[in-house]
Amino acid sequence: MSPIVKILLFMFSCVLTHNYIFSRFLGCCPFLGVSGKVETAFGMGIAVTFVMTLASLFTYFAYYYVLVPMKLEYLNTIAFILVIASLVQVVEMFLKKSAPSLYSALGIYLPLITTNCAVLGVTILNITEGYNLLYSVLNGTFGALGFLVAIVLMAGVRERLETAKIPAPLKGFPISLVIAGLMSMAFLGFSNMFAGVM
Amino acid sequence: MEQKHSLQSIFFNGIITENPTFRLVLGTCPTMAVTTNATNGIGMGAAATFVLVGSNVVISLLRNFIPDKIRIPAFIVVICTFVTMVQMFMNAFLPALYQSLGIFLPLIVVNCIILARAEAFASKNPVLSSAVDGIGMGIGFTLALTLIGSIRELFGNGTIFGVQVFGAGYQPMLLLILPAGGFIVYGLLLALFNAVSMKFTKRKEGAAE
Repeated sequence: MSPIVKILLFMFSCVLTHNYIFSRFLGCCPFLGVSGKVETAFGMGIAVTFVMTLASLFTYFAYYYVLVPMKLEYLNTIAFILVIASLVQVVEMFLKKSAPSLYSALGIYLPLITTNCAVLGVTILNITEGYNLLYSVLNGTFGALGFLVAIVLMAGVRERLETAKIPAPLKGFPISLVIAGLMSMAFLGFSNMFAGVM
Repeated sequence: MEQKHSLQSIFFNGIITENPTFRLVLGTCPTMAVTTNATNGIGMGAAATFVLVGSNVVISLLRNFIPDKIRIPAFIVVICTFVTMVQMFMNAFLPALYQSLGIFLPLIVVNCIILARAEAFASKNPVLSSAVDGIGMGIGFTLALTLIGSIRELFGNGTIFGVQVFGAGYQPMLLLILPAGGFIVYGLLLALFNAVSMKFTKRKEGAAE
């Protein structure tokens, strides 16, 4: 199989079969918290994509060029979270200066990305799966796009739910979780899509 | 006497009134990801409890030294230290559990429960009550995880803690072990807790009238 086809398959599998929300349970907090409106959900998804791509890139260098030569691999969690936190800070300052409208649209969600476990998750997965630089970055970008797809779909459903009649105890989080479960079942349909070819 | 009473209420606060899983809906990722069986639920709960108590105590001790502006990075570094300790301990002494918790062990760092307690409680309260708060919250989290894990394991595999409960003829509902089952079981349990607490508040209001 040519490497290009392999890379394309990897991209699709990140979005569909290994969706960060529906099959890996990473990033559930913002998925439940910020999925009230399609617009904000989309903004959150874009911001996460941005940070996850950069985080994959930077932590790759931090791990293989700083931690490994110094034999400090066991410090990877601390090192990665510091990289992510400072990255989010830089992105925040950058957006504030150069794209104030996007900055104000993202508002509080921007600093919250630091504690989005999908971001730390992707950097640790890159190491444990032994991805090279290209695959790490692709995993970051397309994993985050999977997150974007999931959160926008969810927001679409929840906008409709606003007017639906739901039993009182199910209102809010419970019904969202059940819907997420049903969506996860739908995504399960993709699960063997690439089994034969990868 | 009053001190003791308040410590008691802090302790039960984490288990019942502000149960992190069912009342505050925090830390949802590990709640659904690792609870495919009851043993994982307890393991994750214990690891999170250790980190909670440790970070609460240290942050409470340092609460007058950490500058306000950089408190979040400071908290994260403290939490991270304890998570790395748990990771190394489990890798050495409980390798099977370490394998099955996988990536969610290092991800305790970004578990919102721990950061939320550091920010909302430990950075404002003395050491002893912070430690008690950590223990209470940790037990609440562990109980919730074990409950979800038991339900999913019971119906999805026919066992609890690996012990066969239903007869050999039981056809397991595989769905509950799959990710979809995690979302659905958690959602329905949350609804159940809401229904119960609504009943209670209604009865209290009725009694007051």
